[in-house]
Amino acid sequence: MSITLQRSAAISPPARTARERLGDFLPRIVLAPSFAAVLVFVYGFIIFTGYLSFTDSKILPSFDFVGWKNYVRLWSLPNWWIALENLAIFASLYIVICTAIGLGLAILLDQKIRGEGVLRPIYLYPMAISFIVTGTAWKWFLDPGIGIERIVRLWGWSDFTFDWIKDTQMAIYCVVIAAVWQSSGFVMAMFLAGLRGIDNEIIKAAQIDGATNFKLYKRIIIPMLRPAFLSAFVVLAHLAIKSYDLVIALTNGGPGRATELPATFMYSYTFTRNSMGIGAASAVIMLMMIASVIIPYIYAEVGGGNRGR
Amino acid sequence: MRKCLMLAAAVMLGSIVNAAAQEKVEVLHWWTSGGEAAALNVLKKNLEAEGITWEDMPVAGGGGEQAMTVLRARVTAGNPPTAVQLLGFDVTDWAKQGVLANLDPVADKEGWDKVIPAAIQKFSKYDGHWVAAPVNLHSTNWIWANKMIFDKLGIQQPTNWDELIAALDKIKAAGYVALAAGGQPWQEATIFDSVVMTTGGPDFYKKALVDLDPAALGSPTMKTVFERMIKLRSYVDDNFSGRDWNLATAMVITDKAGMQIMGDWAKGEFRNAGKTAGTDFLCFRFPGTQGTVTFNSDQFAMFKVGQASQDAQFKLAKAIEDPAFQSSFNVVKGSVPARTDVSDAAFDACGKKGMADLKEASEKGTLLGSLAHGHAAPAAVKNAFYDVITATFNGQYTADQAVAQLVPAVQGAQ
Repeated sequence: MSITLQRSAAISPPARTARERLGDFLPRIVLAPSFAAVLVFVYGFIIFTGYLSFTDSKILPSFDFVGWKNYVRLWSLPNWWIALENLAIFASLYIVICTAIGLGLAILLDQKIRGEGVLRPIYLYPMAISFIVTGTAWKWFLDPGIGIERIVRLWGWSDFTFDWIKDTQMAIYCVVIAAVWQSSGFVMAMFLAGLRGIDNEIIKAAQIDGATNFKLYKRIIIPMLRPAFLSAFVVLAHLAIKSYDLVIALTNGGPGRATELPATFMYSYTFTRNSMGIGAASAVIMLMMIASVIIPYIYAEVGGGNRGR
Repeated sequence: MRKCLMLAAAVMLGSIVNAAAQEKVEVLHWWTSGGEAAALNVLKKNLEAEGITWEDMPVAGGGGEQAMTVLRARVTAGNPPTAVQLLGFDVTDWAKQGVLANLDPVADKEGWDKVIPAAIQKFSKYDGHWVAAPVNLHSTNWIWANKMIFDKLGIQQPTNWDELIAALDKIKAAGYVALAAGGQPWQEATIFDSVVMTTGGPDFYKKALVDLDPAALGSPTMKTVFERMIKLRSYVDDNFSGRDWNLATAMVITDKAGMQIMGDWAKGEFRNAGKTAGTDFLCFRFPGTQGTVTFNSDQFAMFKVGQASQDAQFKLAKAIEDPAFQSSFNVVKGSVPARTDVSDAAFDACGKKGMADLKEASEKGTLLGSLAHGHAAPAAVKNAFYDVITATFNGQYTADQAVAQLVPAVQGAQ
């Protein structure tokens, strides 16, 4: 008995180390191809784009170095300023309205109402649709000839006007409407998860102290949702900066160039205006914008998380 | 989406490698609509009769933006298609990259120099050598009018700007949409082509839009052009932005609108609706531009594909310039043949007029490239024009502001 035990003890260590070694390596082996692909196709091409932004590339990539010339040209182009101005309007409204609607819906859904299981996915489903579909559908809703304006007029309000999408001043707000419709449900889900994570004891304690519902939310619950706010902001901000397909489907940058965004600017200069160098420069600026949102977030998540635990 | 295209290109690339090494041509184009595809089928049949396999590579999307993305991927990968449908300065731009083949042996044998107008040759040749075979010639200074509305209101065909405005006023007063237009930059620029031509004449057109002379671009004439653009905008319905050109044509076909300023591809829409030139609709040159033609020409640019495929490539080029093919293709497409020695027997009234106008303009030297369709200036400059034209047409600039914006925008894009 004791011999067999000793034997198995004597044999098993090398066998276990072999398995352990395989166990150590297996995740690396499995991850290696995707890691290599990400390294080349994401980071490699980021570096390549950065390089192209310093060259005189026109129709095809070229490798003649021209220094900062593309950046100087970029910042002197009225189209780029229009795109940035539109992004400022779009991003600020999109983030604020989505957060407000998302939070409102989450608080209402959190009142232990009946049918929450049905309502939640209804609000969340727009997120499952691609931006192209949202853009096309809203293009039809907002079109004065066939959409909301026409319906309301048919109902009898014959001087009702809603032609923002045809108006150069207002068209960018149409993009906001469609984008908010798409993303609010998702933000709601994030806040709902946050609300569910709040300790009931705290709420009960506040209620015993005589806090009204309004005060309870204002003073206790919403401040405790801080991490959810941060996540929502980061998700919405990067969606706003990279949004391309929604604008293409909804207005195609029009009327005129009224809804041009940095992403549509980048595509048009790189691929239709044969100015790849300027397109690459604008892509680098966009990357920097996104990085300025994401990096502090990652820093806060990693650094702050460690300290907290 | 770009990823998708790349993927598609990669898949196609794979299929080419597997294909048997028999004589074949691979053709990248964006003629995917019914009539266009049927027209191209004629060419395919002609080549198959000579034992050459046609590998079709259609990439849908008018104007060929998507097709160009595929082409970039293919050329960068060192495996270009045999022939690619290209427009105007795109041919020159690709030739500059040194990737186009030399077609001189075919061109010399077939005598292209004599039968193809010099204005088209400017794009088909690079550095004195033929690099592309022109398929057709579209002209953009046309007006397509609804005959019923014209007859009912007693409107005669206008011959100058004032008569055009009078006619538009009459149509508008009768409760029709006077001018059918789509609010897309290229459509607005198509109108701009004609307005520049009628306001300044061919010399001014050439100076401002082809030579890009800053003095002409900033001149009072250019200000008048923008004032006229703003005037024309007042005859368009408010729901025009983003409308496709064929929907605007449909407004004329269905008696909703009086006229449309559009290139001769609009004729295809009338034909498909079963309308006849002269009895259901009228075609005439934009008032004040008779005798001049602003054109764009579809060409098949031939890429360097190696010695083995050269024979097939030359046969393809020869088949494209075959007069019988030029006639049958262009009857369907609505354009006119790129060579001036083709019989006009098979064409309708508008086609016959188009061919006669082309001959006249070619001899008088008033055959000029259309700015809107990339035949007056390269893509970067064209888009700089688009920016100003579309902003003015959509009411963001006054005529003064437009001129002030145009000069630096065009200079900056060169």
